Amino acid sequence: MAYKTFTTAILVTGLAIGASSGALADSKPKLMMGANPKMLADTCAGCHGTDGASQGPATPTIAGLSTDYFVETMEGYANGEIPSTIMGRIAKGYNAEEFKSLAKYYGDEPFTQAKQSFDAKLVKTGAKLHDKYCEKCHAEGGTSAEDDAGVLAGQWTPYLVWQFADFNAGDRDSPKKMKKRMKKMLDKKGSASIQALLSYYASQQK
Amino acid sequence: MRITRRGFIQTAGAATAVGMIGAPYIALGASKKVVVVGGGTGGATAAKYIRMADPSVEVTLIEANKHYYTCYMSNEVLGGDRTLDSIKFGYSGLAKHGVKVVNDVVSGIDPKAKVVKTIGHGDFAYDRCIVAPGIDFIWDKIEGYNAKVAQKIPHAWKAGPQTALLRKQLEAMKDGGTVVIAPPSNPFRCPPGPYERASQIAMYLQHKKPKSKVLILDPKPKFSKMGLFTSAWKKFYGYETDNAMIEWHGQQEESGIVKVDASSNTVTTAFGDEIKADVLNIIPAQKAGKIASTAGLTNDAGWCPIDLLTFESTIHAGIHIIGDASIATGMPKSGYSANSQAKVCAAAVMAMLNGKEPEIPSYVNTCYSIAGKDHGFSVAAVYRLAEDRSKITKVSGGLTPVDASAEQFKREVLYAHSWFKNITSDIFG
Repeated sequence: MAYKTFTTAILVTGLAIGASSGALADSKPKLMMGANPKMLADTCAGCHGTDGASQGPATPTIAGLSTDYFVETMEGYANGEIPSTIMGRIAKGYNAEEFKSLAKYYGDEPFTQAKQSFDAKLVKTGAKLHDKYCEKCHAEGGTSAEDDAGVLAGQWTPYLVWQFADFNAGDRDSPKKMKKRMKKMLDKKGSASIQALLSYYASQQK
Repeated sequence: MRITRRGFIQTAGAATAVGMIGAPYIALGASKKVVVVGGGTGGATAAKYIRMADPSVEVTLIEANKHYYTCYMSNEVLGGDRTLDSIKFGYSGLAKHGVKVVNDVVSGIDPKAKVVKTIGHGDFAYDRCIVAPGIDFIWDKIEGYNAKVAQKIPHAWKAGPQTALLRKQLEAMKDGGTVVIAPPSNPFRCPPGPYERASQIAMYLQHKKPKSKVLILDPKPKFSKMGLFTSAWKKFYGYETDNAMIEWHGQQEESGIVKVDASSNTVTTAFGDEIKADVLNIIPAQKAGKIASTAGLTNDAGWCPIDLLTFESTIHAGIHIIGDASIATGMPKSGYSANSQAKVCAAAVMAMLNGKEPEIPSYVNTCYSIAGKDHGFSVAAVYRLAEDRSKITKVSGGLTPVDASAEQFKREVLYAHSWFKNITSDIFG
């Protein structure tokens, strides 16, 4: 796998690259493939911080995520299922093997909780809402990187705000259970509940 | 996914195996010394990443200035949204990584003796040298413009006092004044920079001096992110209307300037038009930073030819050149490029110091421009090296769509600011 050309790798992984770049790849010289995980990961640091620990204020920390979540998210960006500003354009540059090796590299790095402001008055309410509606999948107060759940505690608030907005607007697909629970929470507690959750997640700054 | 020598040669192809890669890299024993010339984006990143990879390597970074002002985000200083201090970085972060930072001017490099010479601190021996000198200006292409005149008519293309001078002139300008920006021909540092600058200045003028105008006199018929800029200018600054706050002249040939009269602040275009400016910003044509030519690392055009796998000079072995000064075929001259190239180069230098084959490279560029309030956009690219090492080849990327939602343009402003925080901490932190 390591020395597969880019074109073959794309065919194998089945990423939607589109006809035009496929045609281009044929006419282009063959490329050196098989860069090691650190070499690949180092290219992310300019936006996501050294070793994936973002300094904010919006770009998410990508260290310490679960490998499932990392790979699914990158695949989602590459095939357009997850809306993004820039990641859709970037994710298409890596194949499935590379998603896995990036996921492993960053999964082994610690998740550093962001130093950011939050509304202290809302933290208690947020914690309660989290326990009731989110904890089942985003375990341990949203700190756990298990299975396919994203880490919420200590992630940068603007990024989370935009994800909530995209989930709510239906621009980003949420798992069925999440959709149901979010709707239930919003019906019962209104949009203020999101503010409370955000404050709770931002308050976790170990 | 370890790269064996055999595997690497298969990848690189027979031609390269016979060529440079075939030559053995000599392991140099215990005391490995790397000297980095230049403490900008490329040089500082390379120094830090070598130390992070192997703290036993002695890394010395030689830089003439005590602080570095990033060129990126300096346009926000001109627009008034950002202080000059916020783009100023020192070298204490690098020192914490064990980089020996020497504040001095490099006067020459002897590639045979493997020595970097300084004015005040003597000679520094190296096993591998990394040169990251950024850009220097070609003064003689515009009659009447030179380093001395630039003290009055700023280029502001190396950030710092030049940025402060241009901002001061903008603040002092009367309402109804004309700001003239004269961008250079390709290639130059930060291709979208002059157009973001026009946008940032227009944003400032719109609020403080709404009768004023920004005139761009361009020697090029097109420019980086052109569709995104012109559509932002239409949205915010009445571009192509009678009340346009930004006018771009480059459609017709001979719009670029060839002459400046510093006493009257008047420029003459190649066509012969004379334009008097209230504030004048001339960005001269560029070449690799001075030490590159002093050390004999440049070609006839003034840039440094390199092996794209290792960034080693194709003129002098043992010296690597990264960032704006290098001919990194396929990549733009941007801060992110320099940061990415520095990491590829650092890995190659480490491998070569240890007698191993250079690693298979991967490069990225990401560049944001902020053209109006809540209006940012980007260009991004992921690159791989062609097997014949002829080109750093884009495999994905592209621009923000011109018809992106207002929400996306808004998010990209905050992502631009995050980019700045993260890249500067990756370089200097």
